[in-house]
Amino acid sequence: MDASIEKIDEAGSSLWQDAWVKLRKNRLAICGLVVLLLLGLVSLLTPWIAPYGYEEQNLILGASPPSAEHWLGTDIFGRDMLTRIMYGGRVSLTVGLIATAVALMIGVLWGATSGFVGGRVDAVMMRLVDILYALPFMIFIVLLMVVFGRNIFLLFFAIGAVEWLTMARIVRGQVMTLRKQEFVEAAYSLGLSQWTIIRRHIIPNTLGPVIVYTTLTIPSVMLLEAFLSFLGLGIQPPQSSWGLLISYGVETMEEFPWLLIFPGLTLSITLFALNFLGDGLRDALDPRTSKD
Amino acid sequence: MFRFAITRLLQAVPVILVVISITFLLVHAAPGGPFSADKAVPPEVLKALEAQYNLDQPLWQQYMGYLGDVVRGDFGPSFKYPGRSVNELIASGLPATAELAFYAMLVALIIGASAGVFAAMRPNTMQDYLPMSAAMIGICMPSFLLGPLLVLIFGIHLEWVPVSGWGDAPGDKILPAITLGTGYAAYIARLSRGGMLEILSQDYIRTARAKGLSESLIITKHALRGGLIPVIAFLGPAFAGLVGGSFVVETIFQIPGLGRFYVQAAFNRDYTMILGTTIFFATLIIVFNLISDMIAIWLNPKLRQQGQGDN
Repeated sequence: MDASIEKIDEAGSSLWQDAWVKLRKNRLAICGLVVLLLLGLVSLLTPWIAPYGYEEQNLILGASPPSAEHWLGTDIFGRDMLTRIMYGGRVSLTVGLIATAVALMIGVLWGATSGFVGGRVDAVMMRLVDILYALPFMIFIVLLMVVFGRNIFLLFFAIGAVEWLTMARIVRGQVMTLRKQEFVEAAYSLGLSQWTIIRRHIIPNTLGPVIVYTTLTIPSVMLLEAFLSFLGLGIQPPQSSWGLLISYGVETMEEFPWLLIFPGLTLSITLFALNFLGDGLRDALDPRTSKD
Repeated sequence: MFRFAITRLLQAVPVILVVISITFLLVHAAPGGPFSADKAVPPEVLKALEAQYNLDQPLWQQYMGYLGDVVRGDFGPSFKYPGRSVNELIASGLPATAELAFYAMLVALIIGASAGVFAAMRPNTMQDYLPMSAAMIGICMPSFLLGPLLVLIFGIHLEWVPVSGWGDAPGDKILPAITLGTGYAAYIARLSRGGMLEILSQDYIRTARAKGLSESLIITKHALRGGLIPVIAFLGPAFAGLVGGSFVVETIFQIPGLGRFYVQAAFNRDYTMILGTTIFFATLIIVFNLISDMIAIWLNPKLRQQGQGDN
């Protein structure tokens, strides 16, 4: 038992070591990774390190431009923007992570089942994915939010429910090619059980594309959340997210442009970091890219 | 080709039926009737209203009735704008949205494709990195941020263009088209770069080079057709995205288009309007996907044979 676990680790680390070496050479991807780690850390520690309280108002001060006391200025209620962006980031990142996890779970299960079972089941399952692909996502999310009320848990579910399709396709394609590979056939001929083959050969080999696509799903999920919140259909006050802060910023951008610029900048930088990391991971984990 | 189109069209029918059913059931499962947001109405008035909109019938009867109406192209009356039908509302919003989407697509195609081709001509040099970094910015800059920023800079500070409106003042269509088109320009740039890179490494391009053709002739006569296939295939999904994007852009620039009506209907709980617009959008998107698939097949002889073989 111990020996087999050790072997899995060994096999895994060599693949990941390869990728890590390639990833480290990609400066943009590493920058993205560092930015994301910092953002994650700040979000985790927000309640302790935020310079002001979340609800703390200063109506006498009102909206003030960036200053020594308020680095990113204050909004029309005199609330510290840095604090609000930090708390908003917690919500935005949480939505990004949880909705992506929902999409990941549905997509991987669906794709793996479809690819592994094959035949008629596969045809029906993929036909359904094709049908859903043809539907206008945005409209359906708006519809779901209208019908079931603007609830944050529904938001996770609604976004996850439309983002799993590509994941399912990727996983299915991967599983189908793997099933026909010589090393899987060799494993069968050695008499390994199906479950062992799935665990030892199929899952580790699909992990790469899944991780890459997950990194690229998070920004699109965060964008969707911001988009909905901007329209007033996503996160509701008193909770806050970057999308909501941007939509408030737009209302007063003529007089107080910093209320738009700072949340916008934060969102853009985060999306940048995620996309660069995703691209870097794709290059690092895809053996084909080493050619060019 | 013709058979392929017919098969795909027939396949689209059940998809649209599914859309209608899901939307109908979702809207009817929503808590609170369409009139519950109004001030308390006397029960007899409520009853008359419900009878007028067939809400007193059992659900399946309503569903069948609605389906029949939709097949005849009638989306019924609007709940919130008495005396106006959903058809009228869609017809009044569609021209602005279609025009906006057209301009945005033009912006996206012209800027995106030329940037992508330009970058692919000298991969991994400054000529590649600069447009591709710009494309990354375009992807990471959501329309609801880009639009207000453009307004702030070009509308309010420089006063070059009007800050909102549609067709009221000269130049008021520029910012909305750029706002909506930029994200797609970025995607198209990346797609066309990838497509061109692949084509430019093909043997027939090397042959053309060996013949001594000029680089510009090779690009325009030999590489473009194949290199832009991924872009054509992306146009269908891009159109679906444009519809969603128009919600935001029309809201920011106060354009009286379909997207803005849809968001308003969502806030007003105007159920028939939501139903009608959703079905309308879905059908439109399915049709556009079909068209872009067919153009892609027409451009690519390999796929053309496959398409015939399949059916």
